[in-house]
Amino acid sequence: MKRPESPLRTAATFAAVAVCAATAACSSSSDDAGTTESSDTYTWWDPYPQHDDTSEWAQRVAACGDEAGVTIERTAYDTTALTNQALLSAQEGTAPDIILLDNPAVSTLADTGMLTTMDEFGLDTTAMDENLLAAGVVDGEAYGVPIGANTLAIYYNQDILADAGVDPAAITDWASLTAALESVTAAGHKGITFAGIGTEEGSFQFLPWFWGAGADLRQLDSPEAVEALELWTGWLDEEYAPNSVITNSQNTVWEEFLTGTFAFAENGTWQVNSAAEADFPTGVIALPARDGGVAPTPTGGEFITAPVQNDTGRYEVTTQIVECMTTPEGLVETATTFAYYIPPTQEGQEALVADQAELEPWVDAVRNAKGRTSDDLGTDYPLISEALWTAVQNALSGAMSADEALQQAQADADAATS
Amino acid sequence: MRPTLQNAGSPAGTSVPATTASPRGPRGDAVSRRPSTAHRWAALAFIAPLLAYLVIFYAYPLYRNVELSLHDYTPRAFVQGNADFVGFTNFLDVVSSQAFGLAIRNTLVFTLVSILAQYTIGLALAVFFYRNFRLSGVLRAMFLIPWLLPLIVSASTWSWMLNSDSGIVNSVLGAFGIGQINWLTSPQWALTSVIIANIWLGIPFNLVILYAGLQNIPAELYEAASLDGADAWQQFRRITLPLLRPVSAITILLGLIYTLKVVDVVWIMTSGGPGNASTTLAIWSYRRAFGTGQPDFSQAAAVGNLLIVIALVFGFVYLHLQRRQERS
Repeated sequence: MKRPESPLRTAATFAAVAVCAATAACSSSSDDAGTTESSDTYTWWDPYPQHDDTSEWAQRVAACGDEAGVTIERTAYDTTALTNQALLSAQEGTAPDIILLDNPAVSTLADTGMLTTMDEFGLDTTAMDENLLAAGVVDGEAYGVPIGANTLAIYYNQDILADAGVDPAAITDWASLTAALESVTAAGHKGITFAGIGTEEGSFQFLPWFWGAGADLRQLDSPEAVEALELWTGWLDEEYAPNSVITNSQNTVWEEFLTGTFAFAENGTWQVNSAAEADFPTGVIALPARDGGVAPTPTGGEFITAPVQNDTGRYEVTTQIVECMTTPEGLVETATTFAYYIPPTQEGQEALVADQAELEPWVDAVRNAKGRTSDDLGTDYPLISEALWTAVQNALSGAMSADEALQQAQADADAATS
Repeated sequence: MRPTLQNAGSPAGTSVPATTASPRGPRGDAVSRRPSTAHRWAALAFIAPLLAYLVIFYAYPLYRNVELSLHDYTPRAFVQGNADFVGFTNFLDVVSSQAFGLAIRNTLVFTLVSILAQYTIGLALAVFFYRNFRLSGVLRAMFLIPWLLPLIVSASTWSWMLNSDSGIVNSVLGAFGIGQINWLTSPQWALTSVIIANIWLGIPFNLVILYAGLQNIPAELYEAASLDGADAWQQFRRITLPLLRPVSAITILLGLIYTLKVVDVVWIMTSGGPGNASTTLAIWSYRRAFGTGQPDFSQAAAVGNLLIVIALVFGFVYLHLQRRQERS
């Protein structure tokens, strides 16, 4: 006689069947499972949702696919969502063939083992500028190549500076910048706007001042760091900068600058086009270091990375696509058709400047720029950065003094990275 | 005639084993073991979709959340699936963190003040609209607008209005000689600002439910009361409030659970800042998981689990009150 089956187990069987029916996850028939689709369709993720399928950028990606004889299926995500999607897909073993990653995320994802090294992948990285490639290097291995780089500088409104009698060429250190701010505000204009928001953008914008004072990310509470933060809080106290910088994103900063009421704005290469189209004449100066000279600015921009695939046969075509995107001509095309990326190779930079001489200050800035994850910070950088932007927020909002805020930041960073 | 159908249809038959079920049925002796197995299969087939649904969409995510919070899921461990089991370390880290006390305080203030204000204003409006007057329908519909707007729109609008330098709120206050208030950027005001926005968002929900509750109160009661000489305030206190109690209880409970887990409004307006000034538990959890370059899913899950426990406690309080009410 058969023992009656436990109702629970029966239920479980039914549940399993229901799941199969709902998701088709355990379909046993593979005749129409689209095996052909995967072999000549390559997946591509990038953080540019503003460029839709009809954009020049999308067409450029598609053209590189055509060249390699395959179809590229492109999906665009928001920058932070992209990192999370990449982690999820790697966990599920469904990572795309190519991901364009924001450069500080490269070391984090490389650490998970989901990215191939450029060495394994067979891509030569020697032509790349070392300071730009550095953000993608973990333990001496490059996990991606930059498709272009951007960085920060100070845009100014020529009309306001002329009105206040300020010569932009004379702004070479912090003291002369603060003096210029005093002159423009005395003339009835607004001084400077920047992004002090509590996200990675806040750290990104603070770093030129932090590094420009000679501070080090491993020592957030050094006297140099305090001095950099006090420069910002001083500007707020003197009303050279609006209080809203505490919640400003870089986009908001730019919107504020475009109203024509601000003399200066800290912003990036990606606004070159927009600055040219502004209702007033604009100019660019390098971010000054404390005692003069150009401050090291953080590099922005994406790396092209190749997640590990089960089917290593796919790498060959992926390499062709990556190479198509990173030839000198390809890099210049990326730079000019899209977002004003400065090519990461000297050859590309020369070709770009030959084409558009006005970009020369930006090429210089990019050459002097520094990767945020450089100096062997790697996966510690995001943790340190969070402590740093929190300190900036605390100090600017007046919740703490610059000194206290940075001491707490160092304690938090120590706790997070230990 | 088929007895099988009758049995399968009764919900009790689904869980009671056939051997004990047979004496109960009037034709129990006639039913052999074979068809009763079939009953059970059929019965289980009927509840299987529900069970599958519950397991996939409720039990598994909950299990996964607990599992995440008991392991140390760094991004690497997340991808490779080899996170170390760390027991309650994540919870200890969270509770001993400097931000924890502030986050708890903010969560309580945010939730309680929001609920209280939403309920009071919602009830006042419901009573107001209960006396139908010209345009009352239109006006009532307009109060629903906060509900209809996408949150990203209303929260962005609030943050523009409350902008320190160019916001409309400060310029109106300025016209009355009140100096600049840094609504979103000063530690004193940030929490207040997000609470104000959240109250505005929650009023329609309270208004609609309480308005529906009011319509279930028989009009004769008010007639009788006014014959006895009760004034409006007495009518409200002695009739409206007590008869609205069950509706009020569920409104407040739902509001509580919604408000505890609010992320979007706060995130869009202040991202929990400046510093941690407007960080609630929900914001903290979100920030740990998605707000930085280095996702810390385990700590985020630990904070999330604490939130679930808090919501559960309030749920039990509600059940207890309801049961007491039923008994009385």
